Amino acid sequence: MKISLEKRLTPSTFMLVAVPLVSVLLALLVGAVFLVMNGNNPIEVYTMLISSAFTTSYGLTESIVKAIPLMLAGLGVSLAFRMQLWNIGAEGQLYMGAVAATWVALTFPQLPSVIMIPFMLLMGFFAGAIWGLLPAIPRAYLKVNETITTLLLNYVAILWADYLVYGPWKDPEGFNFPLTPQFVPAAILPSLGQSRIHLGLLFAIIAAVILYILIGHTKWGYEVRVIGESPAAARYAGMNIKKNICLVMLISGGLAGIAGMSEVSGIAGRLQHGLSPGYGYTAIIVAWLARLHPASLALVSFLFGGLLVGGYAIQLMGIPAAIVNMLQGLILFFVLGGQILTNYNIKISLKNKENTPKEVG
Amino acid sequence: MGHRIMVKMVGITKKFPGVTANKDVNLEVRAGEIHALLGENGAGKSTLMNILTGLYKADKGQIFIKGNPVNFKSPKDAIASGIGMIHQHFRLVGPLTVAENVILGSTTSSFWLNKAKINKTIQEISKQYGLEVDPKAKIWQLSVGEQQRVEIVKILYRGSDILILDEPTAVLTPQESRDLFTTLRKMADSGKAVIVITHKMQEVLDMADRVTVLRSGQSIATLEKNRTNKEELAQLMVGHDILEDRSQKIAHKPTPIIKLENIRALNDKGLPGLTDINLQINAGEILGVAGVAGNGQRELVEVITGLRSITQGRILIDGQDFTGFPPKKFIAAGISHVPEDRLGMGLVPNLSAVDNVMLKKYNDKGQKGWFLKYAPVRKETETMVEAFNVKLSSIDSPVKLMSGGNLQKLLLAREISTNPRLIAAVYPVRGLDIGATESVRSLLLAQRNAGAGVLLISEDLDEILHLSDRIIVLFEGKIMGEESPLNATKERLGFLMTGIDNFQEGQAS
Repeated sequence: MKISLEKRLTPSTFMLVAVPLVSVLLALLVGAVFLVMNGNNPIEVYTMLISSAFTTSYGLTESIVKAIPLMLAGLGVSLAFRMQLWNIGAEGQLYMGAVAATWVALTFPQLPSVIMIPFMLLMGFFAGAIWGLLPAIPRAYLKVNETITTLLLNYVAILWADYLVYGPWKDPEGFNFPLTPQFVPAAILPSLGQSRIHLGLLFAIIAAVILYILIGHTKWGYEVRVIGESPAAARYAGMNIKKNICLVMLISGGLAGIAGMSEVSGIAGRLQHGLSPGYGYTAIIVAWLARLHPASLALVSFLFGGLLVGGYAIQLMGIPAAIVNMLQGLILFFVLGGQILTNYNIKISLKNKENTPKEVG
Repeated sequence: MGHRIMVKMVGITKKFPGVTANKDVNLEVRAGEIHALLGENGAGKSTLMNILTGLYKADKGQIFIKGNPVNFKSPKDAIASGIGMIHQHFRLVGPLTVAENVILGSTTSSFWLNKAKINKTIQEISKQYGLEVDPKAKIWQLSVGEQQRVEIVKILYRGSDILILDEPTAVLTPQESRDLFTTLRKMADSGKAVIVITHKMQEVLDMADRVTVLRSGQSIATLEKNRTNKEELAQLMVGHDILEDRSQKIAHKPTPIIKLENIRALNDKGLPGLTDINLQINAGEILGVAGVAGNGQRELVEVITGLRSITQGRILIDGQDFTGFPPKKFIAAGISHVPEDRLGMGLVPNLSAVDNVMLKKYNDKGQKGWFLKYAPVRKETETMVEAFNVKLSSIDSPVKLMSGGNLQKLLLAREISTNPRLIAAVYPVRGLDIGATESVRSLLLAQRNAGAGVLLISEDLDEILHLSDRIIVLFEGKIMGEESPLNATKERLGFLMTGIDNFQEGQAS
């Protein structure tokens, strides 16, 4: 038997859909092995995970709540990925956005809501943007690898936020917990009915629409697409690559900054230690699974939000929530592996008669 | 032993998704002969040789080596059968020495390297075949011609007696090519079989004993060199007669479009790439640049198109100083560029034909404001495809699916569609078949006659002599001299290309 790969002329549409679906199934399957090894019944665990996230109204709304930061940060990293800028610093950019928004809320408590919220939004975007721009400048002008610098800046941002909540911004009435005082009501994002779904959802949807139009229909979006596909061709066409690297990283960071702002303003109502359970990292997986497309990003964010919610639920069964992280990793693993199927045909021939030497001599 | 059949390929068929690269091809190569494999690009020469060297597996057909049927599972099997191939792009490791490269992948060497013995063997091979190489030199220090010699030594060291060379003269000067032919003849005389892949008819007549012509994946004929001629070969290659269209040269008053004054620029390694270039390209002329690849051609074109910054001198376009301007300004000033690397630089492989035409349109007058207007560009793309007979499945599918010739036509169509003042064309017909070559050349001539300036970089001296109004020769980043095509000879250009300026010592300006 012989197995060979043949490149497809065009990527297979069937595989584009099938690969992610099969990847999720395979990830669940491998996850089940570990659950069995731990003495759990995987069917019970998965039923619990899925039903708690997607069958109750509380689960559904919570899944959306978790999807908001994933989507905002995911949009940010997907923009950077389009230009082959491996921004894995969304987590830090998110924290910086949260810090800046908190600064506004704590420094100007007297502002009315209509000024307070846009101001927090602006500063959240701005701080995230700066955090994105910081590694972009050495990347653009000195070719410093942005994967390393964005990653390292995550720790700086998280520690900086920690310093503030453990030190100068600590709530004097907070029993020494690492968190800031509760924001004034004007600094809290309005939410939908009784749920925790907040205005951040609207930010995310607007951001997705704007990004979609920018990429597909504007000159700037065209430049981003060309630079991402072929920097040499972009230079040849007179595009300013350095400027665009900075601009893209700035917007990418800014979107993650908005995610941070909406987390402190819409969910926590304050800045606190461990604000994000790794949204910025999960956003990378989300962006990749969604193939950087804004619309599918919304869907994948929701599913991954649900995975997080389900993760909390299965803790009640005595199972570590880390199983969810493992599932996320497994899904990405299988999707990356499965991508070969979208671009290649796999040919399996049981016999290779025509290639065996014949009698002629 | 003189007529022993070394290679026999019978009924070879190889299909790739969408194309049949080889269809029922037969080839027979004897010991002691130089056998040319002639055909246009895309005729299936490389596929056939990749099958012979075990890189591909034929769908149908049988190979016999020295009379024995073989079934190569990998290149390793082919090497073991005595087959060695010298690829157009050398497979050498730059930081290693010649000797280290020669023993690379050779299976006979033991764990411990006996350097003295290896060096001695290399020197023996060098001496026997006239392949002068220093075993201790590092590859990166060697010229292209020397590197090619290392590749040949490498294969001889392995004891191969069937040698395949893919377009070996593409990177050589005429003199170096002649030396190569001498070497190949010596190898054939010692009983080896030599196969040379080429698309140059003159080369076949210069060195081969027999020639097999391939056309659209099929073997058309195998001929004795002495019983054929250029016309017949051309006709077999293309399948119909070719019209030789010699265009007259029109005299123009020199009105400079671009002027380079005392230009110096660095190459990608940060070393001097261009030194003291003074050059003027006038409206309505083709300036041909001759030179061995890697002697500053790329740097010169990139300076003229604004892609490479200069360290000294001035660039004037229509009398205006463009020194230090970004490429965008050069494009806006009407400098067009047909780059060497079409799919890497001139076109974006994963984008559609429309998006690729957009590449040079998205900033022009038709596109005001922030948003892209696709409608006019779509229409223009359709017109181009029709006017230039570009074959593609759809103007919305990625251009990487198009063939080389069609890519080049689309690229040229786009570059001409901007009504350029100057076209910098780098190896514009490389890899094109005769039909496409002719249409590309006549397009360049038409542009010249319409008053544009053309900078033509080519490795084909015949082409340069045929098309140019003036010729300059680049060597190590310097202009060695300027010649008129009327009294320049290939020999004279060849000498200048190697940096020898014997018989005009005093005249160098």
